[in-house]
Amino acid sequence: MNQQMSILERLWMPVRPYLFVLPALLVFLAFFLYPIGYMIYLSFTSWNFISPDKEFVGIANYLELFAEPEFHQVLFNTFLYTLLTVSLSLGISLLLALWLNRRGSLYGIVQGAIFSPYIISLVSVSLLWMWMMDPRYGLLNWVLNWFGLPPSKWLTDTDSAIYGLILVSVWKIVGYNTLVFIAGLQSIPREIYEAAAMDRSPVWRTFSKITIPMLSPTLFFLLVINTINSFQVFDTVQVMTQGGPVNSTNMLVYYIYENGFDFFKIGYASAAGVVLLLIVGILTVFHFLFLSKRVHYR
Amino acid sequence: MPHVHKMLKWLELAGMMMVALIFVFPFVWMFLTSFKSLQEVIQFPPQWLPETWLWENVVKAWDSGPFLTYFSNSVLVALSILILQFLTGVPAAYAFARYRFKGRNWLFGLSLIALMIPPQITFLPVFLELSQWKLINTLWALILPYSASAFGIFLLRQAFMQVPEEIVEAARLDQASEWQIMWNLMVPMARPVLVTFGLFSFIYHWNDYFWPLVMTNQELVRTLPIGIAMLKQSEGGVAWHIVMAGNLILVLPILLIFFLAQRQIIRAFVYSGVK
Repeated sequence: MNQQMSILERLWMPVRPYLFVLPALLVFLAFFLYPIGYMIYLSFTSWNFISPDKEFVGIANYLELFAEPEFHQVLFNTFLYTLLTVSLSLGISLLLALWLNRRGSLYGIVQGAIFSPYIISLVSVSLLWMWMMDPRYGLLNWVLNWFGLPPSKWLTDTDSAIYGLILVSVWKIVGYNTLVFIAGLQSIPREIYEAAAMDRSPVWRTFSKITIPMLSPTLFFLLVINTINSFQVFDTVQVMTQGGPVNSTNMLVYYIYENGFDFFKIGYASAAGVVLLLIVGILTVFHFLFLSKRVHYR
Repeated sequence: MPHVHKMLKWLELAGMMMVALIFVFPFVWMFLTSFKSLQEVIQFPPQWLPETWLWENVVKAWDSGPFLTYFSNSVLVALSILILQFLTGVPAAYAFARYRFKGRNWLFGLSLIALMIPPQITFLPVFLELSQWKLINTLWALILPYSASAFGIFLLRQAFMQVPEEIVEAARLDQASEWQIMWNLMVPMARPVLVTFGLFSFIYHWNDYFWPLVMTNQELVRTLPIGIAMLKQSEGGVAWHIVMAGNLILVLPILLIFFLAQRQIIRAFVYSGVK
């Protein structure tokens, strides 16, 4: 075989792997890695997108950003939203997973039903919930009324709007989290439970000493993924509230979008983008540290 | 005791119905609203069923904007992305799985980083970059940034690594070129993974609102999710029956696919997170 190889082939062999990965890597470089560097650079400049030159301003954008009360509120909203969305959806999903982790077609159907919102466009979901949250004719106020509760103004009130967004997000992602939890539960070896049953371990102890520790990698994974995703919330904000009323639902990505595309403050928006990058970056590093640790323990 | 057991069983069944209802009923409500008249929509307490089913609401929604353009753009963009991701992903995954070369791990790490960076972070610099290249308000702005998928490469690489070396050796002895081995041997063997990834990619881009919203501002190059969201901006109050009728156009294809391939889709999406 080797003797038959032509000179052309011999030259081609060592380059081949690089040529194979080149197209994909060019895309990643052009649209993921280079933009990150470009954004960091832009965050140190002042630029309105139209003028030909970008003025270098050092850390002025960051100083302005952190002095701006509106940005404080945006950060507060984003953290509140993330905290509640993640804790509520994980809590509900864990309960649902423990309940629905059974064989049988009925359980399968319910699992599918819970999961279905996850694959529907966030635009559709946002519009649908906006309609149900309509203060005058919405279905949700009818439900509240049915339970004898006073009607809510939902998205039109500064106090309740952000909870409306949280409700929608929790509804959308609970199904995904539940199915990942169920996958985690099913990977726990059956023998451990059999041994616990032989030892007459009470249900609560089996749960706290076996299920929860064995499920902790899944729990941690979902915690990180959900947190990262929650920090990037945009579609619901843009469709349902546009950050309002009076900034009460404005969150990081929408704030970047607003400043960049409506006010043309490219440098300022980039600085806010770098803040988001840092938050997501730190979470991702946590994720990787954890993953590598888990590999070591094996 | 058997009494208590039976009652618990019924209680569980009722509970499961309730849970399923919470997640499915909003879709039913969307469907019902789509066929009501304006009078029926603005009623409180709400009227459950439409008096007469107004199928023309869907037509009204469709005619209220250039929906044929939106629809074909959506299909075109999602399919082009899928094809490009396949063409760039197969050779890259093959090289990462089957060749030893200097810098392999480093380059693979680079792709993993791309997997970790969400578009919500890069959209502003990418927009500026694409506007320098005069690609804003073209379909290229929607397709090019997604023309390679790190997730797809990751999945395919794992599938390719599982193909036994003997099969590849046998093909080499039969004078098959690397190119043939890649496309005619590896790709068919990775079919389940390709289906999984294809479903994930298509649904993701069909649903995507954020990227087309940011990269375009002209009707001609916009996609269905944006068209549907714009139905809301009618003068004098939102015509929810029309908005929901439009929403059906966006949702029904996905629900249909989900109905047909529920298991694969769940696997695709659950796996997409468990990278």
